[in-house]
Amino acid sequence: MSLLSTLARLESVRSGRAEPLATVRHRHLSERPMVVVPLAAAGEAGAPLAVMLGTDREAPRLHIVPQPLNRDQRFDFLARFGADLLPYLESFADDVEQIEGTEKDAETGEKTQVFRELCADAPQLVVPNGGSVQHLALIGRSTRFRRTAEDADPGPYPAPTQVPLLGRWLTHLTDRAQVPGSSLLLPMTSLLARHWATGQSHLEDQHLAALLAWHRPPAGLTGAEAAERAESERDAHGQLVRPPAGPATDPKFDELVLAPAIARHDAALAAARSAGPGEAARAELLVKQAAEQLHGVLEQVLLPTWADVWFGLDLLRALPEGAHVTERWEGDRWSYTGHRDRLAAGEPPQPKQDDAVTAARKLAQREREQVRLEVQEALDDPLAMAEHRLAGEAFAGEVVAVVPEYDTSGRSAKPRPLLVVRTQDRPHADAGREVHRAGAATPQRGVIAGADAAEGTVTVRVVSGMGRRKEPEPGSLPEVGEQVVFTLFELTARQSAPLPEPEDTPWTHGGPPGAAPMSANVAEEWE
Amino acid sequence: MTVGMTADQAPGAAADAAVAAILEAAVRPVPGAPRGVVVDSPPGAGKSTLVVRAARELVASGERLMIVAQTNSQVDDLVDRLATKGPDLTIGRLHAGDSRPAPEALRHAGVTASEKVADLLEHDVVVSTAAKWQWVRTEAPWRHAIVDEAYQMRSDALLAVARLFERALFVGDPGQLDPFTVVGTDQWAGLSYDPSSSAVVTLLAHNPAIRPHRLPVSWRLPASAAPLISSAFYPYTPFRAGTGPGERRLEAAVRADGTPVDAAIDEAVESGWALLELPARHTVRTDPQAVAAVAAVVRRLLDRGLTAHSEQGTAPVEPGRIAVGTAHRDQAAAVRQALVALGVPVDAAEGPAVTVDTANRLQGREYDVTVVLHPLSGRPDATAFHLETGRLCVLASRHRHACIVVARAGIAELLDEHPSTEPVQLGVAVKFPDGWEANHAVLAHLSAHRVPLG
Amino acid sequence: MNVSHLGQSEPLAQRLSELRGRAPQRSLDARALAALAANPGCRRRSLLDAAGVDKAAIARQLGRPAPFGQSPFALARGNVFEARLKDDGYAALLEPLRRHLGLPEESGTQLAVPDLMRRSSPAVRAERTREALAEAAADPERWTLLDHPMLRLTVAGSPAHLEPDAVLVHGGRCTVVEIKSFPVLDGSADPAKVGAAARQAAVYVLALQETAAALAGVPVEPGPYGVQELPGSPITTVLLVCPKDFSNRPTAAAVDVRRELATTRRQLSRMTGIGQLLDALPEGTSFDLVPDEGGAPTRPAEELAAAVGSVPAAYSPDCLSTCELGFHCRSQARCSDAVEQLGRGVRGELGSIRTVSAALAAAEAAVAATSADDGERAEADEAAARLRYAAALRAEALGRAV
Repeated sequence: MSLLSTLARLESVRSGRAEPLATVRHRHLSERPMVVVPLAAAGEAGAPLAVMLGTDREAPRLHIVPQPLNRDQRFDFLARFGADLLPYLESFADDVEQIEGTEKDAETGEKTQVFRELCADAPQLVVPNGGSVQHLALIGRSTRFRRTAEDADPGPYPAPTQVPLLGRWLTHLTDRAQVPGSSLLLPMTSLLARHWATGQSHLEDQHLAALLAWHRPPAGLTGAEAAERAESERDAHGQLVRPPAGPATDPKFDELVLAPAIARHDAALAAARSAGPGEAARAELLVKQAAEQLHGVLEQVLLPTWADVWFGLDLLRALPEGAHVTERWEGDRWSYTGHRDRLAAGEPPQPKQDDAVTAARKLAQREREQVRLEVQEALDDPLAMAEHRLAGEAFAGEVVAVVPEYDTSGRSAKPRPLLVVRTQDRPHADAGREVHRAGAATPQRGVIAGADAAEGTVTVRVVSGMGRRKEPEPGSLPEVGEQVVFTLFELTARQSAPLPEPEDTPWTHGGPPGAAPMSANVAEEWE
Repeated sequence: MTVGMTADQAPGAAADAAVAAILEAAVRPVPGAPRGVVVDSPPGAGKSTLVVRAARELVASGERLMIVAQTNSQVDDLVDRLATKGPDLTIGRLHAGDSRPAPEALRHAGVTASEKVADLLEHDVVVSTAAKWQWVRTEAPWRHAIVDEAYQMRSDALLAVARLFERALFVGDPGQLDPFTVVGTDQWAGLSYDPSSSAVVTLLAHNPAIRPHRLPVSWRLPASAAPLISSAFYPYTPFRAGTGPGERRLEAAVRADGTPVDAAIDEAVESGWALLELPARHTVRTDPQAVAAVAAVVRRLLDRGLTAHSEQGTAPVEPGRIAVGTAHRDQAAAVRQALVALGVPVDAAEGPAVTVDTANRLQGREYDVTVVLHPLSGRPDATAFHLETGRLCVLASRHRHACIVVARAGIAELLDEHPSTEPVQLGVAVKFPDGWEANHAVLAHLSAHRVPLG
Repeated sequence: MNVSHLGQSEPLAQRLSELRGRAPQRSLDARALAALAANPGCRRRSLLDAAGVDKAAIARQLGRPAPFGQSPFALARGNVFEARLKDDGYAALLEPLRRHLGLPEESGTQLAVPDLMRRSSPAVRAERTREALAEAAADPERWTLLDHPMLRLTVAGSPAHLEPDAVLVHGGRCTVVEIKSFPVLDGSADPAKVGAAARQAAVYVLALQETAAALAGVPVEPGPYGVQELPGSPITTVLLVCPKDFSNRPTAAAVDVRRELATTRRQLSRMTGIGQLLDALPEGTSFDLVPDEGGAPTRPAEELAAAVGSVPAAYSPDCLSTCELGFHCRSQARCSDAVEQLGRGVRGELGSIRTVSAALAAAEAAVAATSADDGERAEADEAAARLRYAAALRAEALGRAV
């Protein structure tokens, strides 16, 4: 945690309310986000219990697994979850734009013009917290290899067609969520924590209701008191008034509410199975009632979180969007388009583990995006730039002098003017260090020519971004009195170095990956 | 398992035998031998000398050679050494457009610098950073490569450059700082080719036939330091000093003035170590008192006119032979500022200067005397960063004569109260030693050389 | 398991028992010993744990109960998994062990599973385990499974009794087998859970080292990197047996616990320092809940809070998930305006500034020099200057008046 965000937390302790950590919104928010609140069954990895989802906050849809240990019911649930989610995911596939690019012929080196499809928009899933992302990833892992009745060898437990497709989408979305700044799948706690500080720790911020309590403490309560109430207040039956946002449920809920409801449903089912002809109708009714009760119980614990996620979206929508957010969203659109294309091309599901080259490529992408995100956030948001200024990685101030100088060592003289900037900042600006001017019309580099601590000035020799003539292009240099910001870091992310194709994996990394035996995946037990 | 030497040999003989075995394996591999040779080198064990020798022998046997180092300054250093020891070699210094090689590298007749590898293909040796090599496209890969500081190279960098050579000699110090990344890599933890792990870890996992060689003797560390550094940081791969007790000696021309700073200097002159201890207090990173103490020690080291006697002869301890090591960059900046205020030169561009830098940047460097601001000094909590074994190892193993540590009291208590609830990833080899144990061992040793300040 | 770990003759034990009052002692099991490493700087926790005080009951009485609990579904799942492992003469358990330890294929008849007298008292069981271990280690050819052995470990000079899931003996050495119900998915598992399991297993390894040393009549090897090589010595890699992927089938993973072993050793050696904590307590301090006839506590909350408050805590937000008193200590930290409420890392940023209001005052340049000590002031000035700089940047970015 930086000193600036610590300071914001300290302020929040005093004010009792959340305090801003950003002046703009740094993530894309869809016009039509899909809110997904999943619950997991305790004790088993990736075992779903329920999911509430929808694009209309007034009309959440709930799917449940009445008996989490029952495989058929789980498949049935996943099929319904898929049938509900997939149309949303696929609804962005057809509206495309043609992006012009060039492709270099590997043989001749000749460049040819090509067009690629890019989906005009992409889906966006919003979940309550990081745990929900992990849970969806587990569901993705457990379902994408399922065989269906349409497979040549459907195996003993064929799943409905939507199930592996759902798994592949969830895998893609959760994997993409690892890329810094991506917005296809967003956990609400992280979104809120990026934009506001609370007067509690980062750990406590993982609890969505407690985090939001700092944004809307009930009258007479501080944020801390409201948050504690959200964490621990229980009703007369010992149930939490604000159930956890999942995916895990409260053990007391499992014990006192869920387990009895499941047992009643199981018993009703058993009774219905052994019911005589005369009792069948009544037994069916009892099953229906038990199912409705179970449904109701889970709806009760999910609705508060559902409302919280939407409330969080309201808070975020009130912030103006950062200038570079659209550019980063385009990366998400490419990601979505790419997955759409792989599905259409009939490619196999994502492997259980990345091969060496894929892992290295993903790491390179994440590092590149991390740099891009940090730079763009700093350019879009003075509060983000303040972090860099505090760290001595940037400085802001007023230009107090522009001294025209020239480099005459070459055939034609080039402009190398000096800018004297008065600043309160204390950059790690050793002479000779390269600096970059933020907000310049064209990228402009400079070199630190000196600093005068007593005067509070830093002198920068500008070396680029002034056109090709001897005199700088008009407007390419700031004028005396103008506010400028220089960074000691580059303002664009460097390209990642090329990596070999997976089939060219070198001996140091075990050589090319063998053809992964798909059949091994299929034999997976599922009990 | 490493190929080591027995302890009863004389240091020189043991080191020579180790080097001979390495050169044999690297230059004249037997048919069917693994394609990689790995050499673990503790601090100052002659790694650079080995690299230069291996390069010369490979060239002498008619091979073209590529050398991969990790930073531009390492590359420049290496080029300078190679050209000095092998004036007959033609050396290509491949560099990126935005980083000009250092003048020391370019002062030799045999050295050519270029941004394009095509200009350098005919040279005996081409040297560059891993980052630059990754971009090299060539029809004619090298048969031999040397990868220097291989433990600091990331697995994904090796993945990108391995296509350029058939065989390689990997040399590095497993005890220094691990490579790192700021983004999440948990999903690859435990995979042999985790792209964020060290290149050597991946190489060994995929080539189990490679048995690392080990350089058994530190020529840098004095007899007062090698046993501590060996047992604290290399518990399973011990090494020893190349010189015996008394073979290295410091001498001060000016007598102590009775201050704790001078007492600490005397202690270090006498025993090779000193702990200048400030009163216990929680402080910000740039603790002004600790910074002032570090600067005062350096000032007095210069004022007292130290002379270093060693197997290499007798020489004054000038600013260029002194380094200050810190954990953080802002600490280094604060120390530099304090030194400037005391009139101590810190800018190498303007003549001999005291080096002030973080552990990361001091890796691979060597000085007569070092002054270390202890990473845990004044901290209310110990984080994984501050406990990282490699950080303390680098800081405590840069000196040929003496190391003076400046710290606030209370580090032992801080260590005692540190929660030890590290997560464990299945399949990831546990790195030894544990940062806690290493810190504790160094602190226990230093407590015998303690000089309280204030 | 509810076993006294401190001999009653010990004066230390006597004093600790007085602190506890009427409540039965909470035994120090491997999990509790492993948990000592979670926050060793907390004197409150150290003392209450050493005295075997039921911290959950204290927290309830203080009005801030611990939110911990285990779902009946998770419990059921764990029990089913462990029971399955032992069906058919341990067939399912042996399958993964076979691969890892090179257990012979048809070892069904060769595997000895001695009766460890599970219904007897802990002391008898521990003695029986020692015998069984000695016998098993004597024949290097034999494979022996000790199912729920009972081990003794000296904690603060007194014996504690520990019960690992299983210990496998072969070749004169033994291996701790730890059964957990979290899954190993595609070869990896939740690192926090594996870490906790490793720390727990390290306690068993330590106890087995003590057992082997006792059998051989030699002291336990000191030092973090020493390797014990006695008959029956435990190897320092343990086997974690977990459900594989999404199934109920077991898989085994080897976990090197040398690091955790060193940690545990360290924490146990600190336990002997508990006497100093006791000495610092006010006369008559007690954590007795004074239960009525029905067992309901009657100790007034303020009085109890005062008793708890007499031992200093080292609160950090991690405590909320690792200590029953976490919520109580958090409210104390908030009341006292301590910066620790915001997390461990915050203090590193603030140096000697310890309260939220002092930090904010410093940020707003309203701090008065309170100390004559120049060094302290220089430091406080440095921290304050940084805060002021940060506050100015923040105000500028938010368009607020400085």
